Amino acid sequence: MHLDHTHDGPAALGADARRPDGTRRALRIGLGGPVGSGKTATVAALCRALREELSLAVVTNDIYTREDAEFLLRHAVLPPERITAVETGACPHTAIRDDISANLEAVEDLEDETGPLDLVLVESGGDNLTATFSKGLVDAQIFVIDVAGGDDIPRKGGPGVTTADLLVVNKTDLAPYVGSDLGRMAADAEAQRGGLPVVFQSLRSETGVADVAAWVRARLAAWTA
Amino acid sequence: MSRAALLVLADGRFPAGGHAHSGGAEEAVKAGRVTDAASLADFCRGRLHTTGLVSASLAAAAAAGTDPAALDAAADARTPSPALRTAARRLGRQLLRAARATWPGAELDALARRFPKGAHQPVVLGLVARAAGLGPLDAAYCAAYESVSGPATATVRLLSLDPFDATAVLARLAPELDRVADRAVEAARRVADEGVDALPAASAPLLETGAQAHAGWPVRLFAS
Ligand SMILES: Nc1nc2c(ncn2[C@@H]2O[C@H](COP(=O)(O)OP(=O)(O)OP(=O)(O)O)[C@@H](O)[C@H]2O)c(=O)[nH]1
Ligand SMILES: [Mg+2]
Repeated sequence: MHLDHTHDGPAALGADARRPDGTRRALRIGLGGPVGSGKTATVAALCRALREELSLAVVTNDIYTREDAEFLLRHAVLPPERITAVETGACPHTAIRDDISANLEAVEDLEDETGPLDLVLVESGGDNLTATFSKGLVDAQIFVIDVAGGDDIPRKGGPGVTTADLLVVNKTDLAPYVGSDLGRMAADAEAQRGGLPVVFQSLRSETGVADVAAWVRARLAAWTA
Repeated sequence: MSRAALLVLADGRFPAGGHAHSGGAEEAVKAGRVTDAASLADFCRGRLHTTGLVSASLAAAAAAGTDPAALDAAADARTPSPALRTAARRLGRQLLRAARATWPGAELDALARRFPKGAHQPVVLGLVARAAGLGPLDAAYCAAYESVSGPATATVRLLSLDPFDATAVLARLAPELDRVADRAVEAARRVADEGVDALPAASAPLLETGAQAHAGWPVRLFAS
C-alpha cells in the first residue's frame, strides 16, 4: 500500500489547487486575530469592494453563535447562499489549524453550489495571538489587530503577528483616544515581520479597506497567473 | 496489519471534526443532568450501552465487509432524530476525507463517490479501519470509545470539570467498553446470515429529543 496522496479520487481532500474536475479552485484567504479587532468589518468591506469584479463567498468560524454570519447576512454584503457558518466546538483555532475538515467541506460546498468562485474569505472567530490558519485550508492569511488592543501587540509578536502574509492594524481613527503610538507600532511590526507587508487602516475613513483590497487583488493575480 | 494503526485512528486529535461535537453533553449540562464527574459517568454509561453499542456494531459490520449502503440505512433506522442523522453524516464525511488522505485506497474512494455528502460516521469508521488494516473488533473499540470520550472532553470545556476526573471516568468505563466491543463484534458476525436486522437497536430517547432541542438553540458551543 502506498501512502501518498491520491489525486484521482472522487472528491477533493485538501489544498490541491485543482478541483476534481480539473478546474482551478478559488483562492482561499483566511482572516484571524483577537476578539473585536475588526475581522468581520474587514470581510464586509472587502465584499463590498470586490463583489462587482469577482465571484466570492465567505466562511465564518464563530465561537458560540452565528453572529459573524448573521452580521454579513443582515448587511447583505453577499447573497445568503454565499455565506456559510462553521461551528467550532468552542475552539476556532482548532477548526482553522488542527482539524480543518469542517472548513474544507464548507469552502468546497460553496464552490460546488455557487461556483465557479474566484475568492473565498475564511474568517476565524476572535482568538489569541497564536491562532493561525493551516496551509491545508488557506493559501494566504491576514492577521487583524487594532490600535485599541494596546500598541505593544506588534512588539510582543506571536505567530499571527510575525508570520501572517498581511498584518492589518485596524481602527487607526481611535489611536488619539486610546493613546496608541502608530509610529512605534509600525516600527515594531517591521522588526517582527522581516519585510512582510503591514497595512494601517481605519474602516471609518475615506480610504477604508482599499489597501487590503489591493493586496487581495495582487494575490489573486498571482494565483491565476 | 499494524496494531499501532489503531492508536492513530482512535487518537482524539485525529483530524476528523469530532472536536466540534459534544455527543449530547452540552444539552445534558444545560438541562442539569450532567453537573459533575459522577453524573458525567452516568451519562457516559448510558450513552455507551445505547448509541455506543449501536455505533460499535455498525462499525464492526462495516469492517467485516457488510455493504455500507445497507448499514447506512440501518443507521438511519436506528437514529430517529434528524439532527443526529445530519451530525452523523457530517462527521462521516469529515472522517472519510481525513482517512482518504491517511490511508488512501479504492474502497474509501468508492464510498466517497457513493455518499458525496457523507454516510453515517460509524459505517465510515468501519471501512476506515479496514483501510488501515484493522479488523472488526478494532473498529468496534474505536466507535465505543468515541461514544464516551467525546462527551467527556466536551464536559471538561462546558463545566470546567477537572480533566483528571473526566479521564478517570473513562478509565473506570474500560471493562464495560470491552464488553460492548465484544457484543458488537458478535452482532456483526450474525449479519452475514441474518442481515442488518441482527444489529442492536438500543436507543436513548433523551439523547434523541435533546439533540433536536439543541439544534434549535441560537447560542451554543458545540455543533451537536
Ligand atoms: N472606530 C472603528 N471601529 C471599527 C473599525 N473596524 C471595526 N470597528 C468596530 O469594531 C467592532 C468589532 O468589529 P468586528 O468586525 O465585529 O470585529 P471582529 O474581529 O470580527 O470580532 P470577533 O469576530 O467577535 O472576534 C464593531 O463595532 C465595528 O464596527 C474601525 O476601523 N474603526
Ligand atoms: Mg467577527
